[in-house]
Amino acid sequence: MNLIIPLIIGVLFSASLFLMFQKSFFKLIIGVILFGYATTFFLFTVGGVTKNAPPLLSEAKAAVDQLADPLPQALTLTAIVISIGVQLFVIVLLKKVYEEVGTEDLDELNTTDKIK
Amino acid sequence: MTDTIPTLLLFPLWVLLAAFIFCILSWQRVKVQAAIAVVAGFLYLAAAASLFMEVNQNGIQVIQIGNWPAPFGITLVADLLASGMVLISAVIAFAIILYSIQDISAARKKKGFYPVLLVMMFGVCGSFLTGDIFNLYVWFEVMLVASFVLIVLGNSKKQLEGAVKYVTLSFISSGFLLTGSAILYKLTGTLNMADLSVAIAQHPNPELITVSAVFFLTGFGIKAALFPFFSWLPASYPTPPISVVGLMAGLLTKVGVYALIRFFTLLYTHDLPTTHSVLLVLAGLTMFFGVLGAIAQRNFKKILSFHIVSQIGYMIMGLALFTPLAIAGSIFYIIHHILVKTNLFLISGIVKITNGHYALSKLGGVYDRFPFVTVLFAISAFSLAGIPPLSGFWGKFILAKAGLESGAYVIVAVSLLVGLLTLFSMSKIWVSVFWSAGPATKSNPPQYDSPTLFRRYYCLLLASVFLTLCTLGISFYPDFLISFSEQAAEQLLNPQEYINAVLNP
Repeated sequence: MNLIIPLIIGVLFSASLFLMFQKSFFKLIIGVILFGYATTFFLFTVGGVTKNAPPLLSEAKAAVDQLADPLPQALTLTAIVISIGVQLFVIVLLKKVYEEVGTEDLDELNTTDKIK
Repeated sequence: MTDTIPTLLLFPLWVLLAAFIFCILSWQRVKVQAAIAVVAGFLYLAAAASLFMEVNQNGIQVIQIGNWPAPFGITLVADLLASGMVLISAVIAFAIILYSIQDISAARKKKGFYPVLLVMMFGVCGSFLTGDIFNLYVWFEVMLVASFVLIVLGNSKKQLEGAVKYVTLSFISSGFLLTGSAILYKLTGTLNMADLSVAIAQHPNPELITVSAVFFLTGFGIKAALFPFFSWLPASYPTPPISVVGLMAGLLTKVGVYALIRFFTLLYTHDLPTTHSVLLVLAGLTMFFGVLGAIAQRNFKKILSFHIVSQIGYMIMGLALFTPLAIAGSIFYIIHHILVKTNLFLISGIVKITNGHYALSKLGGVYDRFPFVTVLFAISAFSLAGIPPLSGFWGKFILAKAGLESGAYVIVAVSLLVGLLTLFSMSKIWVSVFWSAGPATKSNPPQYDSPTLFRRYYCLLLASVFLTLCTLGISFYPDFLISFSEQAAEQLLNPQEYINAVLNP
């Protein structure tokens, strides 16, 4: 458990960056989505991942250190909402670019970089 | 007294939010929206000015949202730097709203130009005022999503292409910010900046703190267009209409710089030799490569875009030197740069109206036909290049003096060389747009003479004159801004005042 989660986060980060370096629009979209997952998942794990602990504290308060920190979980919710919004924007943007420019190759989006 | 303080701090945010809601309620009624935006711009300016005076008189203003005590709730803080940035952002927003009345096409206005602009200003203002790193991330996102919409509004091919680069890199930078905040929270257990400052100073393992600093450096570096990350800026900034470019060029990258200054004076002072020498190297490279890009370009807007990159280097240089004088120089430079750069873009829009082009080869003869526009351009351009007695000279002078005092001769040499190259690329615009007769007179006869331009586009000129007067103000009476910058730098370098204001009210 303790080893799996960092591995998953690492794989998500590297896969997303790999996909973003590709030429295809579709891979860029998948890369952006995976990158959002990677960051939010990382934020989530910062609070600690626990299991079998009661969701409500008893009077005894003995179990505090067995509980995950709830703050990063709250932050994660905010971050998920924001990153989903941006991902949707990216998808619509790339669809619009495809219609307008007529290509699916990121390397051909170079008219704004040309010196003329 | 205690009741009036929070109101002043929240007033700029309230104005923008209320104006946004009113704009949404009058959807598609462009004239009503424009009127709301102008009123909001003016009120925002008034609110920012009163906040600025309040902070100047009574010190740092703090408000705990929801009345949660400091390290637990969200804190809004206005110290000298933050209130100064809010004021300058209000000046720019007012000028841009004025300019946009006649610059933005009716189709773009109908798609919601004004509401989006107000949301973006809301995000910018919030980023300046927040005292909580996760809250800063949220304000950044508000600002960025609004800027994504502004940059594609109108859906021209170039805008869409530029937006792909801008949106993707901004998303990655937000991810870095989020990861950095997560690491910092794990290490210190707090997100409040003042509390973090205390916790970082006492942290037993400073190397790990430096790791999180790298994440923030990358995240804010992408937003501020620092050296290895600046490629999105020249690709995307020249594409949208001038009002949008002016606002983004003036403000958005500077929000990144502001965040860098905040983080690397308040939080990451535990390991100055490492973090700030990295910043110094990046500053030098940013300056140099930015100006090289500007020299290679042959398009009015693209030259100006590359200049933004090179000027960011000066601001980071002051931060990296980390002496009171150097940071004061940075703050002076930021304020000078925001005014001048926005104005240059506004003038490039006016020149475009006279000739219909941005390419230098197709422009010409502006000096003969529009002497007034030429004067406006000359003041801003020479100020940017640092010709005395204009404001850029004072900024560069303070930075160079601070550099020499701390013995950083290499960066001073680079900055002076870059100043020379900036002058060279500005004179390229000057010669081909203003002095040369240009091919425009043959193939593309002038559409306007000077009086017609004044009558038809008076808003554009008013906005530009307003910013030029501000530039002249800080050029000929630099004392006020210099003493403000010095006080703000003093406050940044002694974070105890900030910490006390937030944690022990």
